[in-house]
Amino acid sequence: MATQLEPEARDSVDVFREEVRQFIADNFPEELKGKGLSMAGAEGGAKETPAQQAWREAMGQRGWGTPTWPKEYGGGGLNRKQAAILNEELARAGAYNPIGGMGVMMFGPTLLEYGSEAQKQEHIPPICRGEIRWCQGYSEPNAGSDLANLQTMAEDKGDHYLVNGQKTWTSGGQWADKCFAIVRTDRSDKHKGISFLLIDMDSPGVEVRPITMISGTSPFCETFFTDVKVPKENLVGEEGQGWTIGKRLLQHERTNLSGAAPGGRSGASLADIAKKYGRVNKDGTLADPVLRDRIADFEIRWTSFLHTARRAVEESKAAGGVSEISSALKKLGTKMGQERAELTIKIMGLQGLGWEGDNFSPIELQGVRAWLYGKATTIYGGSTEIQNNVIAKRVLGMLDHQ
Amino acid sequence: MAVLNEEQEMLRDMAREWATNESPVTEFRKVRASGEPEAFDRAAYATMAEMGWAGIIIPEEHGGSDFGFLSAGLVVEELGKTLTASPLIATTLAASAIMLGGSEEQKSKWLPKLASGEAIATLAIDEGPHHDPDTLEASVSGSKLTGTKAFVAEAHGADLFVVAAKDGLYLVEKGDGVTLTTRRLTDQRSHADIAFDGAAADKLANGGDDLLDKVLDRARVLTAAEMLGMAQIVFDTTLAYLKQRVQFNQVLSSFQALQHRMADLFADLAQMRSAVEAGLQAIDSGAGVSRAAIVAKAEANRVMHTMSNEGIQLHGGIGMTDEYDIGFYLKRARVLEAAWGTRSFLKNRFATLGGY
Repeated sequence: MATQLEPEARDSVDVFREEVRQFIADNFPEELKGKGLSMAGAEGGAKETPAQQAWREAMGQRGWGTPTWPKEYGGGGLNRKQAAILNEELARAGAYNPIGGMGVMMFGPTLLEYGSEAQKQEHIPPICRGEIRWCQGYSEPNAGSDLANLQTMAEDKGDHYLVNGQKTWTSGGQWADKCFAIVRTDRSDKHKGISFLLIDMDSPGVEVRPITMISGTSPFCETFFTDVKVPKENLVGEEGQGWTIGKRLLQHERTNLSGAAPGGRSGASLADIAKKYGRVNKDGTLADPVLRDRIADFEIRWTSFLHTARRAVEESKAAGGVSEISSALKKLGTKMGQERAELTIKIMGLQGLGWEGDNFSPIELQGVRAWLYGKATTIYGGSTEIQNNVIAKRVLGMLDHQ
Repeated sequence: MAVLNEEQEMLRDMAREWATNESPVTEFRKVRASGEPEAFDRAAYATMAEMGWAGIIIPEEHGGSDFGFLSAGLVVEELGKTLTASPLIATTLAASAIMLGGSEEQKSKWLPKLASGEAIATLAIDEGPHHDPDTLEASVSGSKLTGTKAFVAEAHGADLFVVAAKDGLYLVEKGDGVTLTTRRLTDQRSHADIAFDGAAADKLANGGDDLLDKVLDRARVLTAAEMLGMAQIVFDTTLAYLKQRVQFNQVLSSFQALQHRMADLFADLAQMRSAVEAGLQAIDSGAGVSRAAIVAKAEANRVMHTMSNEGIQLHGGIGMTDEYDIGFYLKRARVLEAAWGTRSFLKNRFATLGGY
């Protein structure tokens, strides 16, 4: 029998959970069950099915695609506990959050912190509704790991900037509506000469060329800017503050990328794959003791990594800032994702190296592409070597040659 | 670092202050120099017990504070940092065995004494140089235990042994039928082979068939907590050394080759800490303990192994000297890596638990 000691909070939690369940029951299309946020979402509305569109709009209207963002800008306004419940209930129903991309992961949080009121009003709501796709204008041919060396110039022309230059590795540039870019507004100072600018991708003078990668896909682009006019109101923060704002955005990126290595999280366990593709003893153990050992070795470290990711979240929550292990997380998570992909194709043998054809299952073919694509994870978002520099210098206080 | 409550922060700060001021590595050097097989300072252990550390996991009704394993781990980590030689871990583990499997009578008899420091206890499980709890020969007949236990840690100071026999765990008091042979190991702590020859044995009968496994889970995690403190100090010491040592007219810490190795160690240490804290928290919550304990000890083994080797290498020649402390951490590390399961043993167990 229930006692009278149940606190009020308990009731509101239950009420919220019930609300979420009802919402999912009313809005989540059955045909999407068990499917994740597919590439269609990232590639834009043209490839969205009606069911995907309906689900995105339903979640977007509620603000639940960006559950903890402020309600006044179209977010869900939920607290962390409620956001966790939302996630639990989505998972329970085989549903997913249809609203993602760089607007959600990186640009939105940064604009909420540094943007003007007008900029927030303009840009945040469409991100929350999943209507606008953003791409990142950071890397250049000669400014990758040495990002502050960027040369794309934004010249002050009174009421607008005139932008000239080239960006590269623009993920999703061919599908993006807008670009958040760091550009040079002053050649005399490497860091203080950088500003944070928002550029419409359909502006005259913007040209995007996809780059075909070793995985056969083209998620990255080269983006060229030739006399592109950008209104002054598209400057975020002060002129010359771009390096500070840009770095803040990279912290959001790093946190999001740590677990993002393909094959690193979902799907069948390595042991299950090994049982399917290899020999199994009568007692259900793997016949190859070396492989069994390698899988256990990986799974132990992976478990420990997940504990570490959770700890980073708890720490930053408690301290109210970014955890000092965020660079370590990016480095560890991406490396382990690659390791898992390597182990997976090794377990499958040549059956796991298919490029095309009916004699390979979709999972096998995707596995090959994911393995190749995954090589990018330790390069983008600050390469492993750059994360090592960040850890050594910023966290450990190891200095340059004097 | 796990997010701690106020009580835990106080406990950790107290342990840190005491270890730093009252039990620095010079105290371990004194214990080593004395050559006593017991290999710990009784007065220091009495102080530790007075501060309540021997009773951290023991319920209040039996004289403890019932703070749980995360709290015990905090203290053990601080003591690991200064290589404090004491039977604290051994006694805590023996107490946990009694708590898990003892009758009310056994608990009332032993737990208050262990909590107060009046009695010292340890686990006597393995019978050879490798951790192998599945093939034990020691047996009990008519409440008399016969068999041999090998490399028992903290054996010389112990008043009570929690002994694994074929059919369960038994309490055996020091005395008739219990003979110790010292086995000095590289860490210069107390280890002994014990011959039990018809020693009076009192069974821990309430813990179920998996009582030994449960106790070993706790042993793995608490040992990993000691290793965490050791790894942290080797890392901190090495970093400080690289920042002050000049070669080629530059401080070593400015060389990128060394910076990246330290970044690797930093990331490894972060993983080790998470794994150990998750293990401690799992014991306190009671969920997924075996798996968490394997991960904690396996990660502690992996990281401490690398850390202790790199610590020596990055120190160069001075790291090889007995005068410098870092070698003690290497030697203790290998003994603890072997305790309660090497990484190979633990991987095998992890795979078995995972059904592959």
